[in-house]
Amino acid sequence: MAEWFGDNSGLLGLALLDGLASAGLIFLVAVGLNLVFGVLRIINVAHGSLYAIGAYAAASVGIFFASAGLPAWASLPALVVAAALVGGILGPLIERLVLRRIYGQEEVLQLLVTFALFMILEDVQKLIWGVQPVQHDLAMRLLGTYDVPFAGDVVPFTAYQLFVLPGVALVVLVGLAWFLRRTLTGRVIVAVTTDREAATAMGIDARRVFLLTFTFGAMLAALGGALSSPTGAIVPGIGAQTIVLSFAVVATAGLGQTEGAALTALMIGLGRSIAVYFEPELEVVVPYIIMVAVLLVRPQGLFGSTVARRI
Amino acid sequence: MRRGETLLGLLGAAALMAAALLAPWLKFILTVALAKGIAVIGILLLLRAGQVSFGHALYVAMGAYTVAFLAPAMPDAAVLLPAGAAIATLTGLLIGLFVSRYREIFFGMLNLALSMVVYSLLEKLYDLTKGTDGIRVELPRFFGMALDRPGFEWAMFATALVLALAAGAFARLYLDSPMGQALSAIKTRETRLEFMGISARRVLLAAYVLSALLGGVAGAIIGMTTRHVTPLLAYWTASGELVFIAILGGAGSVLGPFLGAVTFELVRIYAGAAVADAWQMILGGVLLAVILFAPGGLWGMIAGLLRRRAGAAS
Repeated sequence: MAEWFGDNSGLLGLALLDGLASAGLIFLVAVGLNLVFGVLRIINVAHGSLYAIGAYAAASVGIFFASAGLPAWASLPALVVAAALVGGILGPLIERLVLRRIYGQEEVLQLLVTFALFMILEDVQKLIWGVQPVQHDLAMRLLGTYDVPFAGDVVPFTAYQLFVLPGVALVVLVGLAWFLRRTLTGRVIVAVTTDREAATAMGIDARRVFLLTFTFGAMLAALGGALSSPTGAIVPGIGAQTIVLSFAVVATAGLGQTEGAALTALMIGLGRSIAVYFEPELEVVVPYIIMVAVLLVRPQGLFGSTVARRI
Repeated sequence: MRRGETLLGLLGAAALMAAALLAPWLKFILTVALAKGIAVIGILLLLRAGQVSFGHALYVAMGAYTVAFLAPAMPDAAVLLPAGAAIATLTGLLIGLFVSRYREIFFGMLNLALSMVVYSLLEKLYDLTKGTDGIRVELPRFFGMALDRPGFEWAMFATALVLALAAGAFARLYLDSPMGQALSAIKTRETRLEFMGISARRVLLAAYVLSALLGGVAGAIIGMTTRHVTPLLAYWTASGELVFIAILGGAGSVLGPFLGAVTFELVRIYAGAAVADAWQMILGGVLLAVILFAPGGLWGMIAGLLRRRAGAAS
């Protein structure tokens, strides 16, 4: 065992760093999905499409900024601008035009409606950005690489994946905790999550909270996508992958758990990247093995609590 | 209404037969449509319990891949069809034991996740499955008879038609039986079912295994008809199609799935090729429209028309 670690320390180091970076992205998407579910009680299957559209839009905005002659550092804010645009436009549009019609309906119907949205958005991506891989990695090249000392080895790693991705995830985690606990808007959201009826009776406009939360969740998904775009080519199908993966995180952590989602994202991100380096065939399967294993033992998720059954 | 359903079912079967005889090129499309309808009957059973699976293409793929793997050794439809159904049923039992503990979003997404796992395995284990190239299936015999291509296609069409009628009749009986009534109870209030001493999990598991069986039958027919089996059969879009057909056709009748499947396949042949890039978008749009504005689906519209007729006549 010790010998194996010695022989593979370089690979293992890379796997850990990669896992940390991808965990950051998965967390951003999963926490948005979680937040929307908490308030609207709808699992938005189209959440993965928002991630994909965020990624495509970030590449487009990045290319536009570069062609407009803006300096290279502008490629970093370009990512955030793209995410805000996608979330800010698509979020309210989806909530107002579609979701608003199905609040309080059967859960199957809500699920089917967001699935229909997912199908529509999947082709919207193909119509706008085509099916060829899209790539724009200026933001990642800009920051260069950083040599990480690891178990006597030196692992060169891109600074973008090393600092920006986990950093943003950490900022979102802390910021969200502060926002939900310390600000008025945040507390209103928590109130609606806990008891919609009581909150409405206290004079909270639940519909406005729904709109706000959904837009915010959409922005988080788009931000995850935008931040992922410099790290590789964007191809059709990432939307489906992302929704399933982030659902796996949310289900494993337990619905409604923000901090739990962060830990689970870390676990699944690391598991996946270790698989990439040592058993590449298993990469796609690892998150689900983790999810199924956890759900078999704890059906309510690692950090979830059981809900009393209605009679 | 029940007798009307049987009559309409037989009339529909006769109409499909006539269409295939008049326009032989239609029989390939109709065979695939009937097969999908059989798989959608399974979705219908689960919908009755208020559950929707986004991963049932998994069982269609199981049936089809069983055909592809077994065909070189035992090239006879009489072996391949039951084998495909059996493998899918076993897989369904295994997965069902796990997913029948979950409801609603968990049920839907766990099925989606598992089908994505199988899809990636089919795609990545190239030595076994030839990856995205897929496997070609040689023309099998039909109950010992070595038929030529058109002959075999006719045989498959007839098989699909007979099995579709059987699946529809079976689903009708099942939904009317206590097991079927218990399924609806899962949708309304599961706890009350358990108070009566009935295990909701077992009720759902039974329906789930049946739906896997129906998916396997559909997959075996599709495998032997298209004679080219690829991982795309298990992709989420294929599962989405099954759910789409169920909603389009209408969940109120066992005829809905076939009505939906035939409409779907015919529209896809003509419109799907013209707008290949926007096909999912159109499906999603129609799905939204049906859910928001015509919850009964095609069957609901037809039943409404018939009822109005009957009302006007009396």
